[in-house]
Amino acid sequence: MKSESKLEQILTKGEFAVTSECGPPRGADAEVIRKKGEMLKGFVDGVNVTDNQTSVVRMSSISSCVILKELGLNPIMQMVTRDRNRIAIQSDILGAAALGINNILCLTGDHQKFGDHASAKNVFDMDSIQLVQTVKLMRDEGKFLGGEELKGSPKMFIGAAENPFADPFEIRVPRLAKKVAAGVDFIQTQCIYNLPKFEKWMKLVRDRGLHERVHILGGVTPFKSVGMANYMKKSVPGMDVPDELIERMKAAPKEKKAEEGINICIETIQRLRDIEGIHGVHVMAIEWEEMVSEIVKRAGLFPRPHIES
Amino acid sequence: MIVAERKPLEQISSMIESNSKVLIVGCGECVTVCSAGGKKEVDILASALNMIRIKESKPIEIRQETLERQCDAEYLEQLRGFIGEYEVVISMACGAGVQFMAEKYKNSLVLPALNTKFIGVTEEQGVWSERCHACGDCKLHLTGGVCPIARCSKSLLNGPCGGSANGKCEISPEVVCGWQLIIERLSDLGQLEKYEEIIPINDWSTNRDGGPRKVVREDLRL
Repeated sequence: MKSESKLEQILTKGEFAVTSECGPPRGADAEVIRKKGEMLKGFVDGVNVTDNQTSVVRMSSISSCVILKELGLNPIMQMVTRDRNRIAIQSDILGAAALGINNILCLTGDHQKFGDHASAKNVFDMDSIQLVQTVKLMRDEGKFLGGEELKGSPKMFIGAAENPFADPFEIRVPRLAKKVAAGVDFIQTQCIYNLPKFEKWMKLVRDRGLHERVHILGGVTPFKSVGMANYMKKSVPGMDVPDELIERMKAAPKEKKAEEGINICIETIQRLRDIEGIHGVHVMAIEWEEMVSEIVKRAGLFPRPHIES
Repeated sequence: MIVAERKPLEQISSMIESNSKVLIVGCGECVTVCSAGGKKEVDILASALNMIRIKESKPIEIRQETLERQCDAEYLEQLRGFIGEYEVVISMACGAGVQFMAEKYKNSLVLPALNTKFIGVTEEQGVWSERCHACGDCKLHLTGGVCPIARCSKSLLNGPCGGSANGKCEISPEVVCGWQLIIERLSDLGQLEKYEEIIPINDWSTNRDGGPRKVVREDLRL
């Protein structure tokens, strides 16, 4: 094993993994995290903890991860390169590992323009691919970027995100290949709604044998309402929502919109399970964490495999 | 060229509200080309300030000059004979020109009339856009002649982020995704395989991160 991650053990055993996501609160109340954690406990193999997502200031990912860890969950620390330079990044990686966090998801991060501090200075000392390289260098070679040796390697399972639906499409697989070459262990994809396009991407991934070198977890997000589906389609950059899904949501009776959203999500998971090279799902129920257990159960993914820690 | 834009008139006017004898100095280089601080703009600013002060019944004496450029001492020297007669000098040069004038005339208060924006090009009449961040270590040979540092909102070196959609950047539909341009260029040049090489973490010490920069050419020094 490269890391001490439970997620790595599950994926290595060939089990179909389930991860989810938890957004820290906009305040110092640890109870918010604990509540979300309790809803997910036992139903997922890892929980992403976002790092000031959409550039809105929240409790830090690293501290929220520790709170989840105390509950017995397996946190996946998201880290964006928007807010930290290489000095802070390496320092936080060491700190997180020391606190028992053994998964990291390497991201570039949304531009600060989206958030509540649009006048902030950004950093972007490195990009997500270089962040993957950095964690790998620290873990496998025991070195800092500056070349010096570190004492006590951070045994992190290294993840990254990939959006098969962003443009330009022709480099979406080469971009994954770069992340694989950089040393990524697992990939969580952007929310998948357009399955034919996703299958096309996966075929290109398999043609290059990348699915044998990295664990790919398909991302899903249930629609809560027609409004949300429309918002995802029109306002979220790089999101591909086919009209037929919007129509399905519209056609559902008013009191059953949310249920229809869950149905679509479960059907998507079932189709993803049949795609060669998909080793798990990443369920992003945004501010709807209470639905994750139901989705996991109804998708036939419960109980989760037991891993001795 | 260095592209600049004039500050709002009210801001310039408020900088000199207590002064009655003002020298406005334009620059004949970049800011003339981008119509921000050349002779014509000096004229316009002087008239506008005059009108404001006449309205306020606080007349003002303004002298107008436009130098070949303000980033060379020899041209700044041309002001030596009379600059001391003015309470303030409004420089219509880029930030470099304003500072150099202040350096050369230590007893004069030099005020900026422009906001210096970027190193860029004239896309079309009346439209200028950024091309270069002066990072000090040109990478254009790696990226099909399109700069990822200046043209990607996040200065990413290994490809577009997940926010690139329909060739546009996530920050605005008005902003072209720099990596879309790079991919198109590499593709047109038959060099798309170059994209798969990982560009290593950058050395930003040649950028402003290394501190104020200087070029010294011993072969040219007197």
